[in-house]
Amino acid sequence: MTDRPDHTDDVPVAGNEATPVPFNPVGAAQSQRLIEAPRSQLRDVWDQFKTHKGALFGAGFFVFILLAVLLGPLLWPLEPTFIDIRARNSGPSLTHPFGTDQLGRDILARMIAGGRTSLAVGLTAMALALFLGTLIGVLSGYFRRLDGILMRLTDLFLALPLLPLLLVMMLLFRDSLRAAIGPETGIFLLVVLGIGVTSWMPTARIVRGDVLALKEREFVLAARSIGTPARRMITRHILPNVLSPVMVSATLGIANAIITESALSFLGLGFPSDYPTWGSLLRDGTDYLQSYPERVIFPGAAISLTVLAVNYMGDGLRDALDPRIRGR
Amino acid sequence: MLTFALRRILISIPTLLVISLAIFLLLELAPGDPMSQVPLTVPDEVKQRMREALGMGEPIPVRYGKWLLQFFWVEPLNLIDHWFGTTFAAGEQRILSWQTRSPVMEIVAQRMPQTLWVVGMSYVVGVLIALPIGIYSAYRQYSVFDQAGTFVSMIGYSVPPFFSGVLVIVIFSIQLQWFPSVYDTTHVVDSWDSFVVQLRQMIMPVMVLALQTTAQISRFMRASMLDNLGQDYVRTARAKGMSEAVVVLRHVLRNSMIPVVTVIALGVPGIFGGAIITEQVFKVNGIGQLLITAIQGADLPMVQTLTFIFAVLIVGFNLLADILYGLLDPRIRYD
Amino acid sequence: MKLKTVLIGATALAAIAPMAHAQETGERGRNGQLNIFYWQAPSTLNPYLSGGTKEVEAASLVLEPLVRFSETGELVPWLVDEIPTVENGGVSDDLTSITWTLSEGVTWSDGTPLTAEDAVFTWQYCTDPEGGCAQASYFDGVENVEAVDDRTIKVTFSGPKPFPYTAFVGSESPIIQKAQFQDCLGAKAPECTEANFNPIGTGPYVVDEFRPNDVISYSANENFREEGKPAFASVNFKGGGDAAAAARAVLETGEYDYAWNLQLAPEILTNMEAAGLGTVVAAYGTSVERIEVNQTDPDPSLGDARSTTEHPHPFLTDPRVVQALSKAIDRQLLVDIGYGAAGQPTCNILPAPEIYASTANDDCLTYDPEGAKALLEEAGWTDTDGDGIRDKDGRKLSVLYQTSTNAVRQDVQAIIKQEWEDIGVETELRNIDGSVFFGGDPSSPDTFQKFYADLEMYTNNFSGVDPESYMASWKCSEIPGPDSQWQGQNIPRFCSEEYDALVDKLSQTVELEQRGEIVKQLNDMLVQGGALIPLIHRGNPAAHAKTLGGVKMSDWDSELWNIKDWYRIQ
Repeated sequence: MTDRPDHTDDVPVAGNEATPVPFNPVGAAQSQRLIEAPRSQLRDVWDQFKTHKGALFGAGFFVFILLAVLLGPLLWPLEPTFIDIRARNSGPSLTHPFGTDQLGRDILARMIAGGRTSLAVGLTAMALALFLGTLIGVLSGYFRRLDGILMRLTDLFLALPLLPLLLVMMLLFRDSLRAAIGPETGIFLLVVLGIGVTSWMPTARIVRGDVLALKEREFVLAARSIGTPARRMITRHILPNVLSPVMVSATLGIANAIITESALSFLGLGFPSDYPTWGSLLRDGTDYLQSYPERVIFPGAAISLTVLAVNYMGDGLRDALDPRIRGR
Repeated sequence: MLTFALRRILISIPTLLVISLAIFLLLELAPGDPMSQVPLTVPDEVKQRMREALGMGEPIPVRYGKWLLQFFWVEPLNLIDHWFGTTFAAGEQRILSWQTRSPVMEIVAQRMPQTLWVVGMSYVVGVLIALPIGIYSAYRQYSVFDQAGTFVSMIGYSVPPFFSGVLVIVIFSIQLQWFPSVYDTTHVVDSWDSFVVQLRQMIMPVMVLALQTTAQISRFMRASMLDNLGQDYVRTARAKGMSEAVVVLRHVLRNSMIPVVTVIALGVPGIFGGAIITEQVFKVNGIGQLLITAIQGADLPMVQTLTFIFAVLIVGFNLLADILYGLLDPRIRYD
Repeated sequence: MKLKTVLIGATALAAIAPMAHAQETGERGRNGQLNIFYWQAPSTLNPYLSGGTKEVEAASLVLEPLVRFSETGELVPWLVDEIPTVENGGVSDDLTSITWTLSEGVTWSDGTPLTAEDAVFTWQYCTDPEGGCAQASYFDGVENVEAVDDRTIKVTFSGPKPFPYTAFVGSESPIIQKAQFQDCLGAKAPECTEANFNPIGTGPYVVDEFRPNDVISYSANENFREEGKPAFASVNFKGGGDAAAAARAVLETGEYDYAWNLQLAPEILTNMEAAGLGTVVAAYGTSVERIEVNQTDPDPSLGDARSTTEHPHPFLTDPRVVQALSKAIDRQLLVDIGYGAAGQPTCNILPAPEIYASTANDDCLTYDPEGAKALLEEAGWTDTDGDGIRDKDGRKLSVLYQTSTNAVRQDVQAIIKQEWEDIGVETELRNIDGSVFFGGDPSSPDTFQKFYADLEMYTNNFSGVDPESYMASWKCSEIPGPDSQWQGQNIPRFCSEEYDALVDKLSQTVELEQRGEIVKQLNDMLVQGGALIPLIHRGNPAAHAKTLGGVKMSDWDSELWNIKDWYRIQ
């Protein structure tokens, strides 16, 4: 092991391999497989996904929630910030299906508006954290030369206190972002960046651990011995095999992002108070837990069910993407 | 392995220095003022004099250098004095908190017991519950047990403690009156009865925190087990006629532990970091509450020292996780 | 003297809780443990090192001033027999000195006698230039403090002082023991951790254990000067959690006897009170929740000159616009939603004490959106383009309205935003974390002093009962700006020569009635001049168990000022 080059960048043919060369029979066969592979693979994945009832249900529910928060305002045109003091603290009724809050704002309208923000934050922050985490995890697991520096970077980020970091980010970028793209988008970007940049580290550590183990497996050794270049090694052999911990991180990541956002808005670092999110609705409702339990049930259930749906989707996707399971 | 460990420890030193500088500069840049909690009735000139008394007027490199000296030289000397009754550190300036004007380390030591009791115990409980759940869920994938486990752990993970904590207080403290809602940090366990009292006051925060740990670790355990159950070596082992218990617990489990060990090891520094929200909900007043009050009060020496201690722990446990990889999977070699 | 103090306490107690007379007296320590919950926990017990209210109040169980303020704001002799006045010769005729005589037989909890030297030392301790004393303003204008004899303290001022009851008066300037603190002067003050955490006092309790930001254990002071007091043998003073948790521990689970600062929505408190274990009480002082109106232009395009006197505000300098904004606020609604028993609508920046409270602005108490619209029309603001927002000369009537992060403040912001949009004023809300907003960091754009917004809302008050220095904070010279590192208390950047002249006149007026008149005029100038929109006269809400007797909340002194008289109703 010690006398072999770590990473296949050192192999001279690297880079040319992917380009199909007509007179090379091996290359031709490879390129052909590449052309037809995506279609059949995608269908395979979908066929397998369909057999997973939980995944189908999860996907269905997730699509429903997405549609509800996107199209909801068309069907339920009440303004989430409109205050109707006379109707405050009313229970569920026809005019207010989910009731109203302590200022008489319609909770259904707030749930719809809050869901849009929470989902957008959850999905983008998760995607950012996942991207950063997987990238850094794979790079440091695969290329030993990068391992040291990247893992020390991970340590640095793990050690940084989240709150002061966000305060600094807010201080440095808020006014300029507000001027450039408006207050709401500006804050959105900051919150997503803040959560994404401070939550990729566990994924990176886990992926790296898996990659370290994978690198020593027979199929990787075999692929390397025929001179597969690093880029293809990673995309074809390494990434598919670290998919399951990444999927788990993804499902937990969405929940994490939604909850972190609620903690941030509580501290005044997130969205302005007149801009509801599921997390802040849950937080506000907690004080009224005993007298108006529905105020915590709605946002609480929305967060839990969304997380659950994403989790089942993740499970199904994991199975569907695993060729060993798919074959069965 | 030994040379690897030694090399990593040596590399840790400059890493930690860089981390400490990064934290220091970050805190310097952050807005916030230790005088913000002083009432508005106190005039600005007085506040300015108080800031000067805290040493805020000195230039940044001087303050950073002082902190380094105090952390790496004066505080260890104090520890030695404390253990052996010597007086090496007499007259040396220790790291003083701006809020309390007392040595930071003494407060940290004061906060440790309740944090270890509550957060540490919840971690142990959570891991002990999570491992069997994860293993069995994977072994019987899509059984009723697996489905129920998934459902409960996902709910557990997605409900933030500021809600679940208040919920259990309302149920168990207000309605049923079984457990106290306020944790007594001065309680001393010296007899069976006082141990029961300690258990009663610990049970709710431990429950709330363990739910989160269990949810997270059982998911990783299950996913990792599933990966390995489909491997060729499992088929081989079964074909050789090994019992299921041996196959699952000896072969699969050992190979599945790698990502799980990472998650568990990464969680340990978190124990010392306390649990900010849960500690607040149950008034446990451990390290988490100490950190958040220090951040809110812009108590820079306290925040700096606490986060740096976390950094040391994080670097240490990452190293431990790496060494454990090698022990769990002999194919991984570092040298 | 002893008898007299006891009598004062007893008569007052009898008025408050006549039904429980039997338990008021008895042996010291007869009632076991008292549990107090301060959810913001004290970080030290030396009030001179931390100006925070929580520290001052926790220390008030141990450290005592010469005189306290009662719940009605009157001076109550505490370590002295009588209050010095010009009439009884205690205050010199030229108002430049005051002479206090300590009561006989007062001892520290370690048994040594309290002497005038301790007071002299306290003055030296707090005025040491390197000490960073938080209560230094109590010794402003004090030229010298001397011990005439063991029991006589003479305080000399550098000029005539119409209200000489500042040094050693109220919970914020108590007397500390010279023997304990004499090696802790100046730069050494913070190093005396042992003394700062366990001060020796003359009060009813002594500190057994102090855990910063967590919990304090006290026990009854065996050397306390009053027989049979305090009634409780020990006090457990717990911190942590939040206001809701504190209220729950007193009102719903009954684990605690007293909880402070319960700023919660009134209906939450009412629901908790329904459990029948405790009562919510509020003490009123001078705290007023107000909207400060920026008289200068906060436009970001002005760069460093934003919110400075170089650029007057384009429309908020017109008092009619500010009056309209004020009229369009339904103050009673704000009280119902956010404050309950702990708030009253007000139109004055100085609603108390009685002799200073003006009645000239009371018409703002009625919610009058039509009147507000009329005022805006009169000022030339009309909705010419039909988008629901008024405009004038091509400029929209749009304001940025900021405050600190706090659930009640955000509800109030939401209501006011809607009320203003009803009269055609566009409103953008912003909330900022309290540690940044109230922090004086000159590099942060979000401090209340920089005021990079059109309007901002917070609460302010003054300590003690004399408003002179408070009113002086709106003088032109107090305007914060880049030159003064943004320090200064004139947040709205209000500037009027007439106002300044009147403040100067106040500082030379001795007669109380006249002072009252001048202060009222000053108050009216501020409100009518459009520098401020007063909203709520805020009380300080607390809750105590129904079994706890003797609680007389005062917002003029420590809430726990008379804890020596507290007892358990059996």
